[in-house]
Amino acid sequence: MCGTCGCTEPGGAGTRIRQVHPHERDHERDHVHDHTHDHTHDHTHDHAHAYAGDGDGDGDAIRLEQNLLRKNDLLAERNRGWLAGRKLTALNLVSSPGSGKTTLLEQTLKTLSPEISCAVIEGDQESEQDARRILATGCPAVQINTGAGCHLEADMVARALEQLDPEPESLLFIENVGNLVCPALFDLGEQARVALISVTEGEDKPLKYPHMIRSADLLLLTKTDLLAHLDYDIDRCEAWARQVNPDLQVLRVSAKTGAGMEEWLEWLKQQRVVSAAVRSERNRPTSVANALPG
Amino acid sequence: MHELGIARNVVAIVREHAGEQQVTRVRLEVGKLSAIIPDALRFCFDVCVDGTSLQGAALEIEESPGRWHCRDCGSDFRHDGFGGACACGSHQLDCVGGEELKVIEMETA
Repeated sequence: MCGTCGCTEPGGAGTRIRQVHPHERDHERDHVHDHTHDHTHDHTHDHAHAYAGDGDGDGDAIRLEQNLLRKNDLLAERNRGWLAGRKLTALNLVSSPGSGKTTLLEQTLKTLSPEISCAVIEGDQESEQDARRILATGCPAVQINTGAGCHLEADMVARALEQLDPEPESLLFIENVGNLVCPALFDLGEQARVALISVTEGEDKPLKYPHMIRSADLLLLTKTDLLAHLDYDIDRCEAWARQVNPDLQVLRVSAKTGAGMEEWLEWLKQQRVVSAAVRSERNRPTSVANALPG
Repeated sequence: MHELGIARNVVAIVREHAGEQQVTRVRLEVGKLSAIIPDALRFCFDVCVDGTSLQGAALEIEESPGRWHCRDCGSDFRHDGFGGACACGSHQLDCVGGEELKVIEMETA
């Protein structure tokens, strides 16, 4: 089994990344752009051996002090550089399954794409359903199927980006696998992380899944059109979310009625401004000089 | 079950350094706020080391506590969870410890 994505064998039931054609039927899948698992497993690590002497007198205890997520973090940084080079603004959308990520994206793309070019990476364990829904809006999309994997990792996104080849200055949405636990740990190289909780899920979700809320920059409370039918205290949910993450921004939206969509679209446009500012800061000669040691 | 991927990373990192030498002990630091369950990690480690130079190696997990800094009153305190409050009542907290996820050291035969 592959340690990166949890798949079984190269060419087996592991990660698959595909460009989906809008009118492609299920039975056509096998022979259409089926790029199956070409991991090179290159290790970009540094050897920081520090021999600390014997641990128990029998063998050599070797000090490693190495972050277990280092490989993913390095690849995420590489993605960040790739995205910056093309002036792309990437957002990582995370939530439990069924919170309305794809529906929100469909409505967002319909409104936004005449003005700003957009591209989407869809992550699911199986099926190309979501990529097809995005393609139907006229926006380019690539589907990652993680097989057994419960989250996206930076190397999968790197390979998807090569296939997607988004237009420069696009807004890139990465829809993570529906899961409120594991995706929290894996940086994909995004500029901001957007967590979604639908109002049908219970207001205590931020307390139950704090890692994800803690790692998010924006929380979208979705499906607010259903509030009239529910005993759901949306203010309480928002307060609990801020208790877990005091820096969290929170917006309330309904993709169905359009309520709150304007604020969400405004937030997205703001991200492009932030992204441009970050790039120009990186390119400033003084900031490079300041980053140099000694 | 992201612990499986994490266990694989442990094995990969240790093997990079140990080569084919038999590894007898691996020590990790896993923070209480790291979203990793030590027991699940132990289980996955046993699966992952099978047939490698780490087979039979003892896995030691050092759990580091959650530590928070209050933005309002400046005090530091320990709390192994999220959404807690400072003694002053504030929820404006920065996490300053407990998210560690590291291979600290290994020992070869």
